[in-house]
Amino acid sequence: MTATDLQAILPLIVLGSASLVLLLLLAFYRNQTVTAFATGGAFVLALVTLPFAAAPAPYVQEPLFVVDGFGLFFVALNLLGGIAVVILSHSYLGKYRMERGEFYVLLVLAVLGACVVALSRHFVSLFLGIELLSVSLYVMIGYVFTKERALEASVKYLFLSAAASAFLLLGMAFVYAATGSMVFGAGAVAATGAPAAATLYVVAGTGLFLAGIAFKLSLAPFHLWTPDVYQGAPAPVAAFLATVAKASLMAVLVRYFADGFTPETATLATVLIVLAAASMAVGNLLALLQSNLKRLLAYSSIAHAGYMMVALLAGGDAGREALAFYIAAYFAAALGAFGVIGYLSPADDERDDIARYRGLFRSRPVPAAALAVMLFSLIGLPLTAGFFAKLFVLSAGAGAGRWFLVLWLVANSAVGLYYYLRVVSVMCGQPGDDEEADAARESPPPHAVSVGILLGVLAAIVLWAGLAPQILLEWIADLSFFSLS
Amino acid sequence: MILLWLILLPFLGGILAWAGAALFGAAFARWFSAAVLAAGVVLSALLWSTAGSGGERWIAAWSVPWIPSHGIALSLSADGLSVVLVALTYGLGLLSVVASWKSIERAPGFFHFNLLWILAGTAGVFLATDLVLFFFLWELMVLPMFFLIAVWGHENRVYAAIKFFIFTQASGLLLLAAILGLHFVHAANTGERTFDYEALLRHGATGTTAMWLMLGFFTAFAVKLPAFPFHTWLADAHSEAPTAGSIILAGVLLKTGAYGLIRFVLPLFPAEAAAFAPVAMAMGAAGVLYGAMLAFAQTDLKRLIACSSVSHMGFVLLGVFALNEAGLQGTVMQLVCHGLSTGGLFVLAGLLYERLHTRDMRAMGGFWTAAPRMGAMALFFAMASLGLPGLGNFVAEFLILFGTFAVSPAAAAVAALGLLGAALYSLRFFQDVFQGGAPDEGASAGKPADIVPREAVVLAVLAAGLVFLGLYPRPVLNLSADAHWTVGFSRCPAGDAATTPQTTAEADAPAKPTDSPGIVADNPVARITPPETTP
Repeated sequence: MTATDLQAILPLIVLGSASLVLLLLLAFYRNQTVTAFATGGAFVLALVTLPFAAAPAPYVQEPLFVVDGFGLFFVALNLLGGIAVVILSHSYLGKYRMERGEFYVLLVLAVLGACVVALSRHFVSLFLGIELLSVSLYVMIGYVFTKERALEASVKYLFLSAAASAFLLLGMAFVYAATGSMVFGAGAVAATGAPAAATLYVVAGTGLFLAGIAFKLSLAPFHLWTPDVYQGAPAPVAAFLATVAKASLMAVLVRYFADGFTPETATLATVLIVLAAASMAVGNLLALLQSNLKRLLAYSSIAHAGYMMVALLAGGDAGREALAFYIAAYFAAALGAFGVIGYLSPADDERDDIARYRGLFRSRPVPAAALAVMLFSLIGLPLTAGFFAKLFVLSAGAGAGRWFLVLWLVANSAVGLYYYLRVVSVMCGQPGDDEEADAARESPPPHAVSVGILLGVLAAIVLWAGLAPQILLEWIADLSFFSLS
Repeated sequence: MILLWLILLPFLGGILAWAGAALFGAAFARWFSAAVLAAGVVLSALLWSTAGSGGERWIAAWSVPWIPSHGIALSLSADGLSVVLVALTYGLGLLSVVASWKSIERAPGFFHFNLLWILAGTAGVFLATDLVLFFFLWELMVLPMFFLIAVWGHENRVYAAIKFFIFTQASGLLLLAAILGLHFVHAANTGERTFDYEALLRHGATGTTAMWLMLGFFTAFAVKLPAFPFHTWLADAHSEAPTAGSIILAGVLLKTGAYGLIRFVLPLFPAEAAAFAPVAMAMGAAGVLYGAMLAFAQTDLKRLIACSSVSHMGFVLLGVFALNEAGLQGTVMQLVCHGLSTGGLFVLAGLLYERLHTRDMRAMGGFWTAAPRMGAMALFFAMASLGLPGLGNFVAEFLILFGTFAVSPAAAAVAALGLLGAALYSLRFFQDVFQGGAPDEGASAGKPADIVPREAVVLAVLAAGLVFLGLYPRPVLNLSADAHWTVGFSRCPAGDAATTPQTTAEADAPAKPTDSPGIVADNPVARITPPETTP
């Protein structure tokens, strides 16, 4: 292992060490605020090391990692998402009387897992990353175990996630059996040059592999866990599930199918198209029926994963650029939306029934406005990041000639309008007695200022990227390394 | 730059009005919004005054790059058609602020914010010549309208607001798909990535592709217009919206659909539009009749007016797809005059609602004795709506029928029946509300007080506009005539700029309309022949 090797994976080293340091810190001094600051500091430190990691990029660290601009973009997003989740959790967990320190250790490990996934080019590193992410999440989802449905959500995620991992492993084994290589990305799938019988293994193996990934991405029909888990999980963890836990897996798919599809693997393209179309339809149609805001956002995240798949299937530079922009925009909106829910929820009483948001514009205008901005961005209204995100995805899809998906996305967005808008119109309404009581009972949560600043920053990002997307777009393109290696 | 300010002014003004209302109270929001919109009227008048001197394509243009990597720019341009409609937008906006001076008690700051943003978005739609910017503003004007209906509307407001939003947004996304399709077809044919209107005129799409793209654009605009099978959102949105919302919806927002047809569908796809014209004209004629029938059957005053809009917009569709000079001239007149006359009717409906708290015509009757000035105004606008000669609507509908007859006597005959329907519903409205006896004690909503000077001014301005345009329509016809030269002639198929449509001679000649009002060029029904696309 050379010095360059270490330099390239510096962010991962920082996160790994940080988890140990945090554990030691907890052994000697337990204070939630100190732990949260240390965690945030670790993420910031990892962000600071990104330029060093980027210096040799694109760099292949045989055999496990590839450190290129594309991967580092997702690492940066994960770290920023991690910082947001720290701020949200600090306020959220502050409402509960319980041991809170270990949560942050798990959060660091989960982010580390996501970053490993984003940089992996080998089945082993990929699997390590995914397991690191998932195992941390089992605990994080059920962390506030006194909460209604928390343990149910945790156990459900544990069983289903373990099953998905099994599929993933079997798929990897098939591909390895056929190709003799566990390296994926750039050329690995296509360059098999294997005889026809082996191609079958590759296709079947990739299919199983896809099933595993689709579970983690909550693509339909592997989405069944999503609403229950989002509902049961603490709001900051739900935010984490919707953003950090998904983004890197999208990156994996991009790497896996970087070469496009050969005639032998054309079936897989069809599979991906079906997954995308089904996710959009299932997510949007079932979201229509929800009366619970967290479940609604869970279904919306299923639909958005479907939208992202359109950019993925479009491929090429335009597709990757659109995907990166879309994910960045989705990060801001989803973190913000779940952040508002967490902010408004009193201890042991998640405020996730949509009816309890009636008249929010009157009783709590600032959180209501923040939530509205996030929902507008999820709809894709102009002046929000979501508008251009959707525009770029559609543009990439149309440019690649994927007209079925483009029109399908258009039709689904129209359905999607209704449920987001219903929330907004409820917030516009006249508060009833229950809501008045809610408002009276409410006191600002602990550390409201930091959450307020975070929500303000997220809203500013959403609006800024909706007005002048060129800057963000140039950042993405300027990570010149956007070409995969 | 004046174009940029025309849009920025109400955008910034809206934010300031909202902030100012929180600091200085509701009166500030009202006065400030009125001042901003008055400035908008002045600016558009300035633009108007500079028009028509040269023979340029655009009166003014402005452009800066926005997202250069995708070929998207912030470009605004105005020709006669845009100027007329922008002036209408701010004029009606100003009147609607004055008309709802007293009726908005709930969150006046946010109300005026929404109102100004709708107007800014609409004006932007009339000025944008980058298709992404056009779409951006097209979508932008929808959300404040949603709030306007959902927060300040009548009983069934949330349903109406969501219905309005979904219809327009769904059709908007179709428009986006069509824009992207056009963009990529153009990029494939020329190798240039751009969303610029002028460049896209040479997109070079042919055959089925062009037909599908045209249908995408057409459907989006037809929903907004609304044309006959897509009109169902309109009655709910109009009748549930507050007075200012109804005025803006009917007076301005519907016009964006017509504008889109004239600005985009015809010039971008002349051949396909010509092929599609019979279907569109059938939709238009059906809309004229069906809208009139619906209007006649209503008991809700605002629904009656809303349904009459469907009928009037049917004329617009006919005029556009007659594809000749007279039809288009009449269409532009119709857009302006319908804005004024329907605006007046909605103001009256709003006045009655403020006084009686009902829109049910069965609870009204015999109001002439109690409110004679209001009655006189109502009679005037009812007459305007039914197309009384001497008022602007007559000129508009006459020109449209004139143009239509040259192409399809059958469609013109059917649409002419719509005039009969207009007489029926307009007079029934007047009779039910202002004549006859009061309904029984139990069913009656009481007697309204007569109009106050503020309200009289609003109505008088609208009425004066209609009389002026009825007697002297040249200003509008002149201005929009410049625009018409560019419609349908400007598209040169890629690689063959020499295609000369038959009417180019007229286009080049400084063909001023003759002195007689209503009759336009020497050959008013000159067929706008679509240029042959390159084989």
